[in-house]
Amino acid sequence: MALFPPSLSQIHFSRRAACSALLSVAAVPAWAQFRVEISGVGATQLPIAITTFRDEDRSNQSPSAIIRADLERSGVFRIVEARGSLDETSQPAMSDWRARAADALVAGSVSRLADGRFDLRFKLWDVVKGIELGGQSSAVEAPELRLAAHRIADYIYEKLTGEKGVFSTRIAYVTRSGNRHTLRVADADGENGQVALNSGQPIISPAWSPNGKELAYVSFEKQKASVFVHTVATGERRAIADFRGSNSAPAWAPDGQRLAVTLSRDGGSQLFTIDRTGDSPRRLVTSPGIDTEAEYTADGRYLYFTSDRGGSPQIYRMPAAGGPAERVTFGGAYNISPTVSPDGRTLAYIARSGNAFRLSLLDLATPGAQPSTITETSDDEHPSFAPNGRLLIYATRVQGRSVLMTTTLDGKIKARLPSSTADLREPVWGPYGR
Amino acid sequence: MKSIHRNLLTLLAAASLAACSSVPLDNAAPVETRTGAAVVPGGGSGANAGGTGAGAATSQTRVAPVDVTARNAEAMSNLPRTVYFDFDSYVVKDEYRPVIEANAKALTSNRKAHVTVEGNTDQRGSSEYNLALGQRRAESVVKALTLLGAEPSQLEAVSFGKERPAVQGDSEESWARNRRAELARR
Repeated sequence: MALFPPSLSQIHFSRRAACSALLSVAAVPAWAQFRVEISGVGATQLPIAITTFRDEDRSNQSPSAIIRADLERSGVFRIVEARGSLDETSQPAMSDWRARAADALVAGSVSRLADGRFDLRFKLWDVVKGIELGGQSSAVEAPELRLAAHRIADYIYEKLTGEKGVFSTRIAYVTRSGNRHTLRVADADGENGQVALNSGQPIISPAWSPNGKELAYVSFEKQKASVFVHTVATGERRAIADFRGSNSAPAWAPDGQRLAVTLSRDGGSQLFTIDRTGDSPRRLVTSPGIDTEAEYTADGRYLYFTSDRGGSPQIYRMPAAGGPAERVTFGGAYNISPTVSPDGRTLAYIARSGNAFRLSLLDLATPGAQPSTITETSDDEHPSFAPNGRLLIYATRVQGRSVLMTTTLDGKIKARLPSSTADLREPVWGPYGR
Repeated sequence: MKSIHRNLLTLLAAASLAACSSVPLDNAAPVETRTGAAVVPGGGSGANAGGTGAGAATSQTRVAPVDVTARNAEAMSNLPRTVYFDFDSYVVKDEYRPVIEANAKALTSNRKAHVTVEGNTDQRGSSEYNLALGQRRAESVVKALTLLGAEPSQLEAVSFGKERPAVQGDSEESWARNRRAELARR
């Protein structure tokens, strides 16, 4: 097997992205990365050892620590302590690593190139079989080292699970500190947060465009709710729905050309589609009460949404072009904020039970399946699937403070993005393809 | 002289560039520009809004504080302006009939008056469902006002959902005070 296969050419970085990152450096937030805080029983976790990369202390990042934290947060891996000095050129004694109960091993190095960039190299071994599984090399500028490490975690995740990793994706969320409302974009581990928008008025419901370049959201900057579309890299923004009354709940269609929105311009809160330019609003359905929080399925065929047409808020599904709606949730008197996994099999939503609002899942592929609640907190909000469908991000309250959490779908492995200075709200996970 | 002009132009160009280069909205308090009434205390159309003396304003040490956080226009009116709601409900309860009647009377006697009804909710549940719920609360109040003779053109229903609580707190008492529609003269 070639040490550095041709696929390493995938790892290249846009200079423009680096520049815009540098421009935003002033806005370093006062919190760090997601920390795993609850470990459940992980019978299916794969034990992996990741040694500290040779000479990584000469860079300003620790790629091996970033990779360990990524893999641990995924819930799929258990980190085995790895001492010893290995790098990608070593020939590790597999029997030693088997004795330490590691099924996989990663070693690597960081070296400074003559042009100032860093050369980041690694190799992955299958300890059980005693074989190399592959490795890569990438030359990156210093600000891109974190992203390069996330890409290595993605590589390892995909090699060992057969599914794409989500560690190099981005998240968006809103912070609130006093009267200051800020829309932020960060790496999936919560690091490298950058400000997309500052406002003195609330911002809610950010939604990534399918290509990951734009965010739609609701801003109250006009003393009422209006829907904006905002190009993240340039800051260019425009109101696409600013009709009489409230304009809210943007959801991108998978083709990126239209959005579903909730408008009250004709009375009530009703579902419409509107072009990404703000043209051609078209009413999807007429309902006597509230219809809102629409979400497209990944195949674009259906919309899931919240409606109180039956007397209490419940989740419904209808064809994306409008048409008869069928009720999806039945247990309890208050089920809201639907979002569907990319494979269409799992509905995540918020269910009220007494005074608790908890993240719940419903298996859509099994008729008659019962919902399951996967948190112990009581103010969960705004669930959003990672693009591989294996993790959810959501907001909740802990000790009076709004925080962001990620969780595996079995609820066993959670991680919290802590903040000492602001409330963190309205998280949404971005697509692949960064 | 010429060079001063050139420098001025450069400065102006730089200033306008600076103004364009960042994402807007960085400053918190938006200044309402719909009426002039909010800018100068005692100015505008309101009789009771200020009354601080313009006569003393000649002193260069004097600073007249301006507060645009409150809705100054409302200080003109002694009308009750809040209707409270039950959890997940947008039914205007009978006990708020006097609030509706008084405001409807004010609107029918002055057809130029305009009221924005702002719906609000408690903090529980999603931002979006609460935004829709607040909208329905505001629309319920608008409907009640029009049934008593106010013109739809005098009224707009908007919602702030859970984003602008009247009080903070995790008790039923504070939740109840946040489930409301406010009638704001604009």
